[in-house]
Parts: sequence; structure tokens; C-alpha cells
Amino acid sequence: MSAPPNSAATRTSATADETQTIVAARLLREVRSVFIGVGRPSTAAILARELYNPDLILVYESGTIGATPRRVPLSIGDGELAETAATVVAVPEMFNYWIGPGRIDVAFLGAAQIDRFANLNSTVIGDYDRPKTRLPGAGGAPEIAAGCGDVVVIAPHSLRTFVERLDFRTTVGFGDGPGNRERLGLRGRGPSAVITDLGVLEPDPGTKELCLRRVHPGVEPEAVREATGWDLEIIEPLGRTEEPDGEELATLRKLLAR
Amino acid sequence: MAEVATLPEAIAGLVHNGDTVALEGFTHLIPFAAGHEVIRQGPSGLTLVRMTPDLLYDQMIGMGIAKKLVFSYGGNPGVGSLHRFRDAIENGWPGPLEIEEHSHAGMANRYAAAAAGLPFAVMRGYRGTDLMYRTRVEPITCPFTGEELVAVPALDLDVAIIHAQEADRGGNVQLWGIPGVQKEAVLGARRRLVTVERIVEELVPRPGGVVIPGWVIDAVAEAPGGAQPSYCLGTDVRDNDFYRFWDRLSRDRDEFRTWMEEHVLAEAGVR
Repeated sequence: MSAPPNSAATRTSATADETQTIVAARLLREVRSVFIGVGRPSTAAILARELYNPDLILVYESGTIGATPRRVPLSIGDGELAETAATVVAVPEMFNYWIGPGRIDVAFLGAAQIDRFANLNSTVIGDYDRPKTRLPGAGGAPEIAAGCGDVVVIAPHSLRTFVERLDFRTTVGFGDGPGNRERLGLRGRGPSAVITDLGVLEPDPGTKELCLRRVHPGVEPEAVREATGWDLEIIEPLGRTEEPDGEELATLRKLLAR
Repeated sequence: MAEVATLPEAIAGLVHNGDTVALEGFTHLIPFAAGHEVIRQGPSGLTLVRMTPDLLYDQMIGMGIAKKLVFSYGGNPGVGSLHRFRDAIENGWPGPLEIEEHSHAGMANRYAAAAAGLPFAVMRGYRGTDLMYRTRVEPITCPFTGEELVAVPALDLDVAIIHAQEADRGGNVQLWGIPGVQKEAVLGARRRLVTVERIVEELVPRPGGVVIPGWVIDAVAEAPGGAQPSYCLGTDVRDNDFYRFWDRLSRDRDEFRTWMEEHVLAEAGVR
């Protein structure tokens, strides 16, 4: 089989999407358990199991704990997840016995909008009663972000997504700023990183505002600032994402081709 | 004791105009065959309850039989939007749709409270979110520790409908694989229907099997393949291609109507 010369499968360097997935997977090297939805978070977590952390426990909100999928599922309820899981629990148990008490180390979440305090909107664009775009809604995100140890947000970097003001606050990151999570009684530590196709943002330990920590290969910090709806601060010295190596890329491409 | 009935008989007997109805199944065992029979019989003014409306409620909403939707995640899992759901909320087509939305944890606890016969469930959640101002949730203080928590009201279900792998002739049901909130839905509703892949002589216990005794079920109806295009573990697999196909087809109102007429309405009386 021959692929066209510039397709992802034959390129030797990573695309922005591939880099985003690999950076997310690298975050899971030392982690015991991760809560994931479908799409890129799922790909990253399965990749992390194959590359760095074969004991990583995958938890999906459909109730499968400890699934060992060989392929990336389209839906969180795919049969392979239930068939390979260490245990499968009902939805009330998943939220009340596993997520709420903080048993899961890291949660990967996505969102349509994110603000400087890493609060997320997945409910509506425009006015709630007369929405311009009705989004799917909360799903498990609010309680996942409240209860899991750390939250890692995976989102495409653009002015549409990284906004000065959310149209709706579905999920609390750091709320209104320092101390707000504690006042609200949220037990997890909150967002620890936002991984985009351009770089990695992290909250400033004092102000809790998201700042640019690293840029991916070939990305200039000014381009990240231009794609962010608030005045994004840069952490000095600014880091650079380590270029995905041959094994990381080959494993990711093989996984997606299954 | 559950009566073994045909699906049209069971729906006609249990689902009435204006009812609050939950058809549950969390990505697995979604009762499509039963939902399609509800569409064919066409009761009006239903309040539809489901954590994840999925394609089934997209179809029911698009056919205009719902006046209200209670839910927590209205997407096409892994694919994108539910276009009929969006069209109803954004444009009021084919008619206005009232919504009441929660988080998954909130919905799961509302089902659990209904199953327990309690007026509400208590949980950590919602605090600091805009959902606090948009849905039925109230702050509550723990009388023992003083911790600020929230209360969500029990679901008030006229009818629960679920799909399972098998039932025996006494109407005892067993399902296995991802169990979702089906047991809570059945125990929390006044009238209960279970469709099954097959009726067997005897239920053989399965690892992770959830057994629901026939005496808390009103009717059991055979509906082989009744969870498609979702799936029934051990019998069929999720038709992911159909979920992608639906994303294209359901964008257009006329194409949607035509498809429903040909594939759902025209099937009257089968099974």
C-alpha cells in the first residue's frame, strides 16, 4: 500500500494534532488512573498505556473501570470497553462512589469555550433562552472537574474557544480566582494544564490565571497570544515542547489505523 | 407479575398522552424498537427523560411527540451534534420544546432518589456553575457537619422502558454489560416495560448480571435487535456507521421526515 507523500502516515514530523495527543499522553506517565471521554482524550490515554504506563487505569463515565481497549472507541459505551474492564458499574455508582470521593487522579475534559480561570462552557453559545448554538450540555464534566485530583483540558486553540467571557459556566475551573474552589467546597485541585494544538497553558500558582508555559515545535508565542481572547501572560523562561520521537509517532499512527 | 405481550400491545397499554417517560440505556441497550413503536402510536405531549437523548430522542423530538425534554448530555456520542434536538431548541421545529437540563451526576441521583422513594437526593455538585440558576437544584446544609451541598428532586416517572438481553416466561429480566441507570429507572417509575432480545426457559446467572424480578415489571415484550443502532452485549455490536450517517441525514428536515416515514412509520405492526 502506498500513501500519498504528504499524508500523516508518511510524514516524519508530527502534525499539530498529533503533537497535542502525544503531549497529553506524556502527562500520564506517572499517573495511576485517568478519567476520559471519547475523541482525543481517549486516544491519548490508550497511547500512554502503550508507550509509558501499561498499568494506567482507564475510567469512562459509561461505568467501565480498568478497560484495556486496543482500538480508540467511537463511543464511551463501546462493547470492547465493557468486555475488557476490570469492573463495570452503574452510572449512580460511578459518580457517587468513584468520582465524587476523589478516587481518580486525573480527568481529561474538552470544552467549546474556556476562560482565563479555566472555567468551561459546553452548554450554549449565545443567550441561554435564545441560543445561537445549542451545545450538548454538561454531561459528567461539572462533577468530574469538582472531584478528580487534577483536570487537564484538551482544546483547539482559537479566539472562538479561548474567550474573555464564557457564554455559560458549565464547569468550574478556578471560578472567580484564588480561593474560589475552596469556598465552593470543590475537593479536587482543579485544572493543572490546558493542552492545545499550539502549546500548553498552566495556571499561575498565585493568581490561578492560565499562562503560556510551553509552545509546540514551530509555534511562536505571539501566535498563541493572538489566538487567545485575554491578554495571555508568558511564563519566563518559556518552554518548548519536546518534538515527538519516532516511536511515539509510529505508535500513535498505528493506534489510529486499527 | 409481568405480562408477556407484543410490543404494540405493551406500548398501547402503558404509554398515554402527556406522560413523563424515560427510555434508558447508557450508550448500551438503548430501547430503539420500543421508542419507534411509541413514535408509530403517536401519543402527544410527552415529557421525555433520558441522561443522553442519543439518536432515539433526536428521532422522537423530530417527530413532534415531546413537549419537554429532561436530560444531561444532548450529543451524538463521538460524532457531534444531535440536529433535531438542536433544531427544536434553536428554532422551535417542529414545535416548541421545553428543556430541563442537569449534569450526569444530577440525573443519576434523581433516578436513584426515585428508585428509593425519596423526594430528593443530596450530592456535591453544581456549586459555582450557571446550571445552579437554570435547573431544579437547591442548596442544602448537612445537618451533621454543616457542609454546603445541593439537593436534586427525584424524577417523577409515569413510565420507564428499558431493553435487556433476556427474560423468562415469568417476566424476570436479566441484563449484563454496561448497566447505566436502567434498574433505577424501572424501580423509580409507576409503569414499567422491558423489551428483550429473547424469552428463555430459565435465566442463567451471568457475571455482572443485573436481575430485575418480574413482580416490579408490568410488561415484557420480545424485540430481537431492539437496541440497534446501539447494541446489546453478546448479541450485536454498535452500528457506528449509522451514528455517522445520522449526522448527515438528520441535518435536513425533509430528509429526516422521509427517512422516518420509510424506516419507522412504515413498519407498523411488525414484531
